[in-house]
Amino acid sequence: MIKIWSIKKDNAQAEKKRPKVSAAQIRVQKDLTELALPDTMQMIFPDESDLLNFNLSIKPDEGFYKGGVFKFTFNINNNYPHDPPKVRCIQKIYHPNIDLEGNVCLNILREDWKPVLNLNSVLVGLQYLFLEPNADDPLNKDAAEDLRMNRKNFEYNVKQSMKGKDVKGIYFENVLA
Amino acid sequence: MATRMQTDTPTGSQDGISSNIDRWTHINKLLNRRGPFCDESFAPGQGKDSLDTCKILVIGAGGLGCEILKNLALSGFKNIHVIDMDTIDVSNLNRQFLFRPSDVGRPKAIVAAEFVMKRVSGVTVTPYHGKIQDKDADYYSQFQIVICGLDSVEARRWMNATIVEISRDNEEIIPLIDGGTEGFKGQARVIIPTLTSCYECSLDMLNKPTTFPICTIANTPRLPEHYQKLDTDEPQHIQWVYEAATTRAKQFNITGVTYTLTQGVVKNIIPAIASTNAIIAAACCNEAFKLATTTAPYLNNYMMYTGNEGIYTYTFEHQKKLECPVCSDENIPVAVEVKKDILLEEFIDWLKEKPEAQLKRPSLSTASKKLYLQAPPPLEKSTRPNLEKKLRELVGEGEEIVITDTTLPFSLRLLVNYV
Repeated sequence: MIKIWSIKKDNAQAEKKRPKVSAAQIRVQKDLTELALPDTMQMIFPDESDLLNFNLSIKPDEGFYKGGVFKFTFNINNNYPHDPPKVRCIQKIYHPNIDLEGNVCLNILREDWKPVLNLNSVLVGLQYLFLEPNADDPLNKDAAEDLRMNRKNFEYNVKQSMKGKDVKGIYFENVLA
Repeated sequence: MATRMQTDTPTGSQDGISSNIDRWTHINKLLNRRGPFCDESFAPGQGKDSLDTCKILVIGAGGLGCEILKNLALSGFKNIHVIDMDTIDVSNLNRQFLFRPSDVGRPKAIVAAEFVMKRVSGVTVTPYHGKIQDKDADYYSQFQIVICGLDSVEARRWMNATIVEISRDNEEIIPLIDGGTEGFKGQARVIIPTLTSCYECSLDMLNKPTTFPICTIANTPRLPEHYQKLDTDEPQHIQWVYEAATTRAKQFNITGVTYTLTQGVVKNIIPAIASTNAIIAAACCNEAFKLATTTAPYLNNYMMYTGNEGIYTYTFEHQKKLECPVCSDENIPVAVEVKKDILLEEFIDWLKEKPEAQLKRPSLSTASKKLYLQAPPPLEKSTRPNLEKKLRELVGEGEEIVITDTTLPFSLRLLVNYV
């Protein structure tokens, strides 16, 4: 094998490694400006000078959740993209993969996050949760059970919850647009 | 050409082993004897081991990629990986000889891997059908050599930045061999990340994409190309453009509007030439072989080939760019001089013109504020008023501007001086 494969970088050189001027900021700028937002999504920046914290609303155009507007907050820390963005639903909704506190169970936001993923992948993932709720990996076990046992009944309960009515004694937020 | 693939040994031997001995005879002559240009570390007879253990990655299984895969397998490389995101189109079959009409629609990487493994026994080709961006540094650092047969500036830039970053972070350096062809011209180069010039260092050698001034098209058309403004990929649209162009060309007495020319202008197509691909792929694989076996010094570091009129090659050492945003140790922000009263909008247009930057939709910010962001809509809207402002009101002398763009695998830093 040719010798360059074992060339050790001299330490002094390694130490001169460029100072990362808030790599997270730059990466978020890149991710945000390359987003292809579908009509069903809208982003809101409460503080436009702060790219690391923003809100997203999703208005599914098909599936169980059609007609509702679902709001999320995104918090990105300075370790992005090594850490995934923290995503929370700010409404109380009836969904197998979102619990009553708004925690979202989406694999790429947790165990399957990789720095090669970006904000676009997260948005696609969230959109997908509303089109195809996943009963096999639930955060809200009652909703998941409901979906698994009887889709018609689940659909009815979702509609009720979206109107701000109660499902099995728990009141949900009115999310109808 | 290779339709009768089972009868490749001249002796017509039925015995797989003896035909294999025939196959490697010429390679073995290089590996088993010391030659005048061998590296000091060369040990006769051991080159075979380096080829057996070398894990090599081929990016792209198209025109260049097919040639490269075939060459590597026949040079004795045993562990080859290949990435390509495309599927086979019927128009590929004239030069991408690992594919057959029955393969149309299937992934290039998978079909190419199957073909090479079927044809050359003892070689493992591991395909990945997908984008290079799907894989991370961990994946790329498993390889000893990477060869690129790519067709876009963007993909090359991304690959280059990734490999340089790995070589910067780790103690091991992964040589990157880059081949490229365009019609009768081509180039092959060896990039030893952080030690020699990288792809990013040489971006200013690229031409600005040729666009016809819109006024020429509208007012004083002189060439057939002027009638054909950019449309889409649809054959019927191209047909429409072709017909419209023909009619208008007649008015102005211009001849030479053909369907192929229309297609060429609209899609910016330069025909791919099989022989150019073969020459460039051979040069690239020759470099991979020399790097892996140390039988001869590797290319230092840029070979260009022109076959337009006769055959001409020129080899030179492309110099490392001190302020290269990818491979420079210092990562100095690039200093630029601009006019005192330049507007942000004019500044962005000026950036887009610069061949060494190759920007398409740049977004700009400083440490303290966003100058202009192309998306998402609320940020674009809130930064749009800045376009009308003077750059000097937004960015102080010597303040750093960070630029991101879809074409940039990293970010670009600029220091502005007003003159």
